Amino acid sequence: MNQPQPTLVADIAACRNDFPALNQDVNGHSLVYLDSAASAQQPLAVIEAVARYQNDDHANVHRGVHTLSHRATELYEGARDKLRKFVNAASRAEIVLTSGTTESINLVAQSYCRPTLRSGDQILITWLEHHSNIVPWQLVCEQTGAELIVAPINDRGEIELDELYALMTGPVKLLSLSHVSNALGTVNPLREIIDRAKKAGITVLIDGAQGVPHMTVDVQALDCDFYAFSGHKMFGPTGTGVLWGREALLEEMPPYKGGGDMILEVSFDNTVFNDLPYKFEAGTPNISGTIGLGAAVDYLQSVGMDNISEHEKALHEYLVDKLAGVNGIRLIGTARNQASVQSFMLNDIHPHDLGTIVDHQGIAIRTGHHCAMPVMQRFGLSGTARASLGLYNNTDDVDRLILALEKARQIFA
Amino acid sequence: MNMVLENDELQDLYRELILDHARKPRNFRRLDDATHTAEGINPLCGDKLRLYLLIDANDTVVDAGFEGSGCAISMASASLLTETVTNISVADAEACFNTVTQRLTLGSSGDQAPHKIDLSKLRALDGVRQYPSRVKCATLAWHALHAAINSQSTATTE
Repeated sequence: MNQPQPTLVADIAACRNDFPALNQDVNGHSLVYLDSAASAQQPLAVIEAVARYQNDDHANVHRGVHTLSHRATELYEGARDKLRKFVNAASRAEIVLTSGTTESINLVAQSYCRPTLRSGDQILITWLEHHSNIVPWQLVCEQTGAELIVAPINDRGEIELDELYALMTGPVKLLSLSHVSNALGTVNPLREIIDRAKKAGITVLIDGAQGVPHMTVDVQALDCDFYAFSGHKMFGPTGTGVLWGREALLEEMPPYKGGGDMILEVSFDNTVFNDLPYKFEAGTPNISGTIGLGAAVDYLQSVGMDNISEHEKALHEYLVDKLAGVNGIRLIGTARNQASVQSFMLNDIHPHDLGTIVDHQGIAIRTGHHCAMPVMQRFGLSGTARASLGLYNNTDDVDRLILALEKARQIFA
Repeated sequence: MNMVLENDELQDLYRELILDHARKPRNFRRLDDATHTAEGINPLCGDKLRLYLLIDANDTVVDAGFEGSGCAISMASASLLTETVTNISVADAEACFNTVTQRLTLGSSGDQAPHKIDLSKLRALDGVRQYPSRVKCATLAWHALHAAINSQSTATTE
């Protein structure tokens, strides 16, 4: 085989050693982790930041006058500042810390949409969306009498822009769409779409769960109104996430949850809510996880988002080339602009059978509907196999996957 | 790990009998005259199958069939189920449900199924015990059987 080796970003190869979980055998083989789109592994820097906090600095935030509480608050709010810079938000008041993308989207549904939507209004999404960008809107539509409408996608897994723009001419109040499709890897042309939505007076939320791990995100340049993302897809801890929102919009929105930390003054007659972003952060937050997320931001910036994008692009091309050489492979998702997420089918082998066979060879892929059942239905499938590549993957990982797929083909021959 | 052992383990799961039933499921048809039917849903993968039973006045399952799509394990298990429960009593079919699901989940059974019923073919499914995430694939059809007999419309593996 004289397969040309792709030119990968040289410094990235060493990053693999930063992830302790990758250095293990699974089912008698060295682990090949191709499921970062479901949840990415954490670098030692994140694990150690969390451990350091737990060992030395743990206390509740925003409360005590004692030293540990002060340290915990500094670390927690320091992570917020890092996240602000990471997505280029205009102010730290715009960084609402949540448990993840799902909570961020639900917050907008319940706090922005529920009080303002009327019967006859529409919420516009696309056929590409993850269940977490479908169900919260169905709930709020039921509560308000608004209608959920869906823009179609083509056979490559790209949004049909003409149809999306046609739908924008209706009584649409909010457009919510993914930055990158989790099931198909499609990178949506956000600048153009947001521009059209703004001209139509539509508020725009971007589900950035699969965007932030792969590319530089600048919310001011995007000019959207909300951007939601999760910590664990970007090499941080689970149970962490962000809702970025325009300050003017967040100011107008009522609190989403009630409790401690989100108030200035409470009496039984009247409660004065805290300022942004604390108004939306009732209860003791995920302090350790958020500190870990801050460390993940530092880590990503030290590697460089542009380096990560370049590395993943080259590796994804290598994967697609190699898959094309496997008899019976059908790629699901062939967008012209695609992140390093690739769904596929192999002959008529059910994805779960494929998943078990490759797992047996130490390879972790995602199989099933990827919490995006409408996408699967669009392609007439109940599920797919999906390999997602992160900054720590390399061509050996891809080669191992290909060998494992060949074996699956033999078993089901 | 050497390749031979590894292949043996995988072949323990994907035995020829399983692959044969997955490729050519038996009784893969809707029963228009079904007296009992239930849908089985595996929420993990979203796979669905519908099981049909024709139970006569003597409480005997005189015909069984199924429709749906799923992985090799779930299709083979459903196919084997329809062969197993045809021409046995409803009580024996329910006993088979208990025996098979306990065997697949716990690794042992209370031998509730009468000895006259041959469950030896179903031993081919035993390999799934090594794959905890796949046990539900093998038990899906059996939960649908249990639901159909007890006149429930839906069974899940949860």
